[in-house]
Amino acid sequence: MIEVIAPGPYATVQDLGRPGHAHLGVPRSGAADAPSLRLANRLVGNREDAAGVEVTFGQARLRFREGAWAALTGAPAGARMGVPFWVPPGGELRLEAPEWGLRTYVAVRGGIAVEPVLGSRSTDSLSGLGPEPLRAGTLLPVGGFAVEDISVDLAPPPGPAPAVLRVLAGPRDDWFVPGALEALCGGPYAVSQDSNRVGVRLRGPGLARARQGELPSEGMVAGAVQVPPDGQPIVFLADHPPTGGYPVIAVVRQADLPVAAQLRPGDEVRFTTRPGR
Amino acid sequence: MIRTAGEHALLVETGSLAASHRLDAALRADRPEGVVEIVPGPETVLVVAPGADRERLRARLAAVAGQVGGPPGGAAAGPVVTIPVVYDGADLDSVASLAGISAEEVVARHTGRELVVGWLGFAPGFAYLTGLDPVLELPRLDTPRTSVPAGSVAVAGPYSAVYPTASPGGWRLLGRTTTRVWDVSADPPSLFRPGMRVRFERA
Repeated sequence: MIEVIAPGPYATVQDLGRPGHAHLGVPRSGAADAPSLRLANRLVGNREDAAGVEVTFGQARLRFREGAWAALTGAPAGARMGVPFWVPPGGELRLEAPEWGLRTYVAVRGGIAVEPVLGSRSTDSLSGLGPEPLRAGTLLPVGGFAVEDISVDLAPPPGPAPAVLRVLAGPRDDWFVPGALEALCGGPYAVSQDSNRVGVRLRGPGLARARQGELPSEGMVAGAVQVPPDGQPIVFLADHPPTGGYPVIAVVRQADLPVAAQLRPGDEVRFTTRPGR
Repeated sequence: MIRTAGEHALLVETGSLAASHRLDAALRADRPEGVVEIVPGPETVLVVAPGADRERLRARLAAVAGQVGGPPGGAAAGPVVTIPVVYDGADLDSVASLAGISAEEVVARHTGRELVVGWLGFAPGFAYLTGLDPVLELPRLDTPRTSVPAGSVAVAGPYSAVYPTASPGGWRLLGRTTTRVWDVSADPPSLFRPGMRVRFERA
C-alpha cells in the first residue's frame, strides 16, 4: 500500500485509458504523456499498460508502507529520473517541482491496483469516471502486474523537446479563411493557465472562420486543434470530449502528443505542417 | 468525402444521421482491422485506427459507405427500447405554457412518437434522442440547474434525453424514469446505442 502524504498541485492514477467507448460518450483518458508512462512501467518490469501515478507540477510525497521498486519518467522532478530504484518499507518518495515539463510519472513494480472502471484505472477529469484525484491520505494498493525481471538499468530521459507541434491539416481546415493554417504555423502561441488534461488552451494569432453557423457535432481525436468562435486554438489531450461542435483546423502528430502534454502555463509553442523537425 | 483527422483517423462525411447509422452498423458488423473507435455523428462517422494503413482504410471506408449510402431517411432498423416515465418534471407546466398546449398534451406528444438515438456525448451514456415532436422544441433554460438527478427525462431543442448520471444541466425536465440507462458494471454500459429506437410511455 502507498499512502499519499501530499499530492502536489494535482495528481491522478493513470494507465492507458479506456478506448473503444467513444460512441457511448466515454473519453479515452489515460496518461497524457503515454510514452513516459510506458517507459516507467518497463523500467520496473511491469506491463506497459499498468497503472501509475501522473503528478502535475511535481511536489508530491508518497509513503511506501511496504518496500517496492519504483521509477520516475516525464518531467524531471528529482535526481533519479529514468532509473529503477528501491524504496524501503516506510520510505517516502518526494518529488520536486520539475525543471521543465509538467507531468511526471511514477511507476511502482506491480502497478497501482485501484478498482478498474470500464477496463481502466484512469481518472477521467472530464466525465468523472475512475478514481478520485489523489488527496492527502489516499491509499493506493500495489498489484501483481509485474511481468518480467527488472533488466533495464537506465533509460536516460529525453531532455526538453523543442516546443514545436507538427500537424496534419484538417479535417475542417476549409472552415477557416485562406491563410489561417499559415497563421497557426506562424505563431508563437502562449500556453494559458486554464490548460488541463482535457486540452492545452493557447493564446496567440486568432484563426478566423470563413464559414459562420454551427458545425454538426462530430467525433474528435487526441491532438485535435479545435478552434472555438474566439479564434484561439485548443489542443485536445487525453480527457478530450469524444465529440465536439467546433471545427478542427489541424491534428497534432502522434509523436508530438507528449510534447503537448508537457507544456506548462506560460510556455511558448509553435506549430508546423512540415513532417520533420 | 472522407477527411483526414490526424495520422490515425478518418472522418467520413455521410450527409445524414440515417446514413451515419447505416455506416456505423456496417463497420461494427465487419470491423476493418485495427479500428478501435467508430463514432457516428449527425453527418459524419469518425473511424480511429492507430497503426492501420490510412490509405487502405480510406478505400475500404469509401467502399462500405458506397454500399450503405443512398438517400437520407428510411426507417431506422435498430432495436426498440421502451422507457416508462413518471411525468412530474419541474418544467412540465412551463413547457406546456411555452408550447401553448396542456401538460396532458405535452405527455401525449412526448410518448406519441418513436425517437431514434442519434449519438452520445456531453457525458458518458448521454444520448441525443432525435425525432421529437416539433411542438416540444424549446431552447435550453437560460440558467442551467447545478444538479439534475440521474433518470431525469428532458427536452431541449430538437432532442429528448435521459440524464444517465446526476450532472449540471440546462434541459427542460418533463419527468423521471427508474430505467437505468448507464451502468459501468454492465456490458455495454449504455442502454442507448446510436441507431436504437426509443419509445417513452407513461409509467
